[in-house]
Amino acid sequence: MLTKTGVPTAQELDRVTPTRHRLEQGPVAIIECFQQIPCNPCFLSCKQGAIQEFSDINDLPVLDDSKCTGCGICIANCPGLAIFVVDYSYSPDEGLVKLPYEFLPVPEIDAQVDALDREGRIAGKGRVVKVQRFKGQERTPVVWLAVPKDLVMSVRNIKVGGQSHAR
Amino acid sequence: MLKTDIAIIGAGPAGLNAAISAAAMGAKVLLLDRDDRAGGQLIKQTHKFFGSRELHASLRGIDIASLLLARVREFDNIDFRLGATVLGYYEDGVITAEYRGNFLKIKADRYVIATGASEKILPFPNNDLPGVYGAGAVQTLTNVYGVLPGKRVIMVGSGNIGLIVSYQLLQAGVQVAGIVEAAPGIGGYLVHAAKIRRAGVPIYTSHTIKEAYGDSSVQGAVIWQLDEKWQPLNGTEKDIEADVICIAVGLTPLTELLWQAGCQMKYVPQLGGHVNLRDENLMTSVPGIYVAGDVSGVEEASAAMLEGKLAGLAAAKSLGYSIENYDELWQQAISQLDGLRSGPAGEKIRSGLKMLVR
Repeated sequence: MLTKTGVPTAQELDRVTPTRHRLEQGPVAIIECFQQIPCNPCFLSCKQGAIQEFSDINDLPVLDDSKCTGCGICIANCPGLAIFVVDYSYSPDEGLVKLPYEFLPVPEIDAQVDALDREGRIAGKGRVVKVQRFKGQERTPVVWLAVPKDLVMSVRNIKVGGQSHAR
Repeated sequence: MLKTDIAIIGAGPAGLNAAISAAAMGAKVLLLDRDDRAGGQLIKQTHKFFGSRELHASLRGIDIASLLLARVREFDNIDFRLGATVLGYYEDGVITAEYRGNFLKIKADRYVIATGASEKILPFPNNDLPGVYGAGAVQTLTNVYGVLPGKRVIMVGSGNIGLIVSYQLLQAGVQVAGIVEAAPGIGGYLVHAAKIRRAGVPIYTSHTIKEAYGDSSVQGAVIWQLDEKWQPLNGTEKDIEADVICIAVGLTPLTELLWQAGCQMKYVPQLGGHVNLRDENLMTSVPGIYVAGDVSGVEEASAAMLEGKLAGLAAAKSLGYSIENYDELWQQAISQLDGLRSGPAGEKIRSGLKMLVR
């Protein structure tokens, strides 16, 4: 359970995961925000109008994935670093995960890094394709990580240069 | 004797906002803080804030401090003194302060007390070993002075401070061995928890620290599990090596000046301890003394900023100063505060505040 472990459950993730069909069409945001807290920068930052306007600042974000282009601006603006973009259309055998990464060193393009799951376990290897910095949120770089397609839904962090941050 | 319209004690998120609001209405403000830097706890907050755009959401605390300080500097009618430690409140309405080796006597027509809160400590065997820190001290060392507290940390407490400081330690290259939380659930925002979980840090809910150990400084701690009645379970002990134990088990308001001034106080555990009664303008039971921020109930900094605005506006108005859109500004701050406190995360605060409104 999320409140006990800090890791969202499969059911919680199901609620925020677009349909298979939408996922295969191209990049789309996954908002892993499951607790009502007073916060709305995701809505304010989205230029596509894909995140529904909040009637109460404590509302959970609601994504209209037909409007979402997967641009990733919400990734850098979410104070909780809880938004990711996934792209199954990236290549025939690889998918893309765009994730917020506030650690140093920021990985180099083409670097092979450990791809970590939601519990920080190594799920496999990923290749850094791009590091994107959004205006005003330069200190939350968004790392584009190419991973095998079966890891797209589980990889949510990276470990750069074997540097261990925990344990 | 230093005379002013409004003396504001504490230049954190609440005090800075109180100063700006009162000065914008024309009041002569004396802003005092014992620290050498303005911003209170904001300057240690390297993470992005929640809330709304008006409350600087998505900005980091340290950047919010700079914004507020720049705004304070725009006013000629704010006398801002850092390194000024207020020592006491006297019955004739005078406060005294130590300022750069001098003893100051200050008489203001209104006071805004925005002194913040201090950390609670946790009793356990060997909690006096070097290496046992409060989370605020760890943040000050790491984020303000660039000094690492150690190599490997056990965090005690999973409120927002425990979670955020763990994240900041990871960013600074310190290992976090785990977060120990006595309650059955994580106390802070779950997005913060998810962030450190995916960096590989375990969170031990329903666990507490049994004892720390070490010859001359911390070398580790034994933690154990608690049952549903919060009683430790024999045989569940886990030995965790670490050279730092960081205590983040909550804050308690720094209310000494309020007690000295004779404000009516009440024990409200939801707000961190003894806090003052207040009216909707944040005035205490002593006419002319206002409060803002954690001193009147421990909350997030966003709430402190809004309370500062309210107290600053109300204090200036009570002295006859005015601003064209006073009602609008006041109402805006009130509704933003209500918004922050209205969700499930604000339930504890709401129930605590109910006990306090005069």
